[in-house]
Amino acid sequence: MALMQIAEPDELPQKRPRRRAIGVDLGTTNSLVATVREDGIAVVLSDDEGRPLVPSIVHYGPEGVEVGYDAARSQTSDPHNTLVSVKRFMGRGLADLSDARRFPYRFVEAPGMVRVVTRAGEKSPVEISADILRALRARAESQFGGPIDAAVVTVPAYFDDAQRQATKDAAKLAGLPLLRLLNEPTAAAVAYGLDHGVEGVYAVYDLGGGTFDISILKLTRGIFEVLATNGDSALGGDDFDHRVFCWILEAAKVPPVSAEDARRLLLLSRDAKEMLTGHESAPIVATLSTGQRIELSLTASTFTEITRNIVDKTLAPVRRALRDAGLKPADLDGVVLVGGATRMREIRRAVAAFFGQAPLTNLDPDEVVALGAAMQANALAGNRGKDEDWLLLDVIPLSLGLETIGGLVEKIVPRNATLPVTRSQSFTTWRDGQTAMAIHVLQGERERVDDCRSLGRFELRGIPPMVAGAARILVTFQVDADGLLSVSAREETTGVEASITVKPSYGLGDDEIARLLRESFEHAADDMSVRVLGEARVDADHVAMATESALAADADLLSQDERAAIEAAVARLRSARARDDASSLRAAVDALNRATEVFAARRMDRGVRQALAGRAIDSLA
Amino acid sequence: MLDFTRNHFELFGLPVRYALDESALDDAYRALQRTVHPDRHAGSDDAAKRMALQAAARVNEAHRTLADPVDRARYLLSLRGVDAFDETDTALDVDFLERQLDRRERAAEAAEAGDTGALEALLDEVRRESASAQTALGSMLDAPTPSSESRGRVRELRFLDKLAGDVDEMIDGATSSPAWR
Repeated sequence: MALMQIAEPDELPQKRPRRRAIGVDLGTTNSLVATVREDGIAVVLSDDEGRPLVPSIVHYGPEGVEVGYDAARSQTSDPHNTLVSVKRFMGRGLADLSDARRFPYRFVEAPGMVRVVTRAGEKSPVEISADILRALRARAESQFGGPIDAAVVTVPAYFDDAQRQATKDAAKLAGLPLLRLLNEPTAAAVAYGLDHGVEGVYAVYDLGGGTFDISILKLTRGIFEVLATNGDSALGGDDFDHRVFCWILEAAKVPPVSAEDARRLLLLSRDAKEMLTGHESAPIVATLSTGQRIELSLTASTFTEITRNIVDKTLAPVRRALRDAGLKPADLDGVVLVGGATRMREIRRAVAAFFGQAPLTNLDPDEVVALGAAMQANALAGNRGKDEDWLLLDVIPLSLGLETIGGLVEKIVPRNATLPVTRSQSFTTWRDGQTAMAIHVLQGERERVDDCRSLGRFELRGIPPMVAGAARILVTFQVDADGLLSVSAREETTGVEASITVKPSYGLGDDEIARLLRESFEHAADDMSVRVLGEARVDADHVAMATESALAADADLLSQDERAAIEAAVARLRSARARDDASSLRAAVDALNRATEVFAARRMDRGVRQALAGRAIDSLA
Repeated sequence: MLDFTRNHFELFGLPVRYALDESALDDAYRALQRTVHPDRHAGSDDAAKRMALQAAARVNEAHRTLADPVDRARYLLSLRGVDAFDETDTALDVDFLERQLDRRERAAEAAEAGDTGALEALLDEVRRESASAQTALGSMLDAPTPSSESRGRVRELRFLDKLAGDVDEMIDGATSSPAWR
């Protein structure tokens, strides 16, 4: 059945200036920034020397902060202050890091998230990631010749709420105008799918430096629908390097090594791993600071042997994702490989054997995620052309629930639910006269509270005393398109309410973000108030323009009075825009937003009716 | 407000009945998401963004409910004022229960022995029974005078789906261990 064509709801009648939009792949090993050029081609932005990658390494040196290749040079000379693979620590406490001993860092436990002691003080993974993001932002801004308007940052699909929130905080700290967190395999599917115009069911097998994702997607006429996702947010190319490192220590009978030597051997391990993608053996030659000389040759077959169980470890999530999607390996139209670690022959062989088909490798596994993110940023910023009408429907990777009596978890939102999702469930009181209820929010698949990740706790107080079981407490979970959760609770008989945006257990507090932002502005000698006013103006222009275009398209949905009220609010906004006061401008924006609520609802309803108009009209009630 | 009074079937322009044209559901779902999804309103004001979030969540919930055979039956009964999973009446047919308990035992034994073949066969058997239970349920629910037995059949269908999921997990457990080969 042919569908009637409908205009995009926020499409503007007049041509709006092109906005500067970037997609950022914040990787464990390497990061990239990409954009969609005016001719519609997505490109990675390279540095002056033509290098597309930014190694995700931050060096807190005596002279200041270095990022990327500059920082990489200090890895072996100053390992304690040169932070690599920091993505592994995002949203994690010290107890979560089973592999903490692998790193030469001085970790300290801090409320919420582990921190690292550096020359520049204690740094949280969020701050370190923000330094990487700042470098990417600077690269883009110098090439654009001006500030960025819109950014999409990618995260592993299997990142939980705490890890996503940490990434969002890092983007905020780096001053990126973040429109969306996008799952890495989904970004890759967009880049691949749009480039090759494919349809059907595809698996994206994404093995990065420190994270593994598998997503199963259905591509139908411009809709990218994630059917299921699974993975392991602490499994990646780093683990292969470490296996080789352990093999070297054993084969060369090396006693415990210093942090400097460990870093050097790990780098040699990575070189050997990379060499084995095209050779049958790789030499490993080094002289340690103790004077011990190492001369080894790692053969491809030994490498295959010592890394076999890591390769196998990726296949269990693949099986689970297929089962959740209700599919068999043979049902797939293609398997896309993403992430530098998928260059390994061991991975390609294992994937080919599992799916019974050769994986698709006609794309750059390092760049495809950033390119997809740039396409999404471009679309969200409103730059897309008429023929680029596509949409992503993603899912939540891990179930969300609440603690109930006996330390058990009651699931509210199941894994692989399509986003956004809102789910409610009723609970009741346990004791007679109970006036408060503790609400403990958890994420994970296991039944016991102790086996799931605690996302936060809050209390609903002021429940009137009733006999046990009489109160009706409705708890609502809402997960937005970024995969971030907010929870609210309401006692139905009295209307008592409480709500949180879930971030207390693992995220940084809002006040801490504000403090860090202030500090970073001081360091950058930036004028905070000028920046705040600038942002408020951008917001104001944006809202005013969106409202005017909505009026131009759908003014017939309003009575004359309603229309006059909205126009008056726009006029007040315009006059506030002329003054240099951020707070009155914000107030005017809020007022306009309130004034357009009913209008927005009617427009949405019209859109829904139009969307169905091309379909069986007689069956509509 | 977006018209939240329409039921899930009406939302997608589908007839209110158990028999489902899956491709019609999916087409309508995608057409609606193209309109309401928050990504389509990234450039709008906050009111429109909040609306988009609510509307897209509603469309997702409606789609998920109708696409699932058990949830669709339960929902259809709820529209008729019947609670299929009323906790005061959880009785199941004795023969049905015995058959499933026997299957659970066979599944546990096969899992113990690592007999994936037996588990696969059992899964097939459960899925076949589930498919025929769906057909039977459909003719009851869509009959001009709905049968009072349909509540029990919905519960049986849920039981079968749960069993199939558990057996599927056992197959996964049997094939993915041991980690070291």
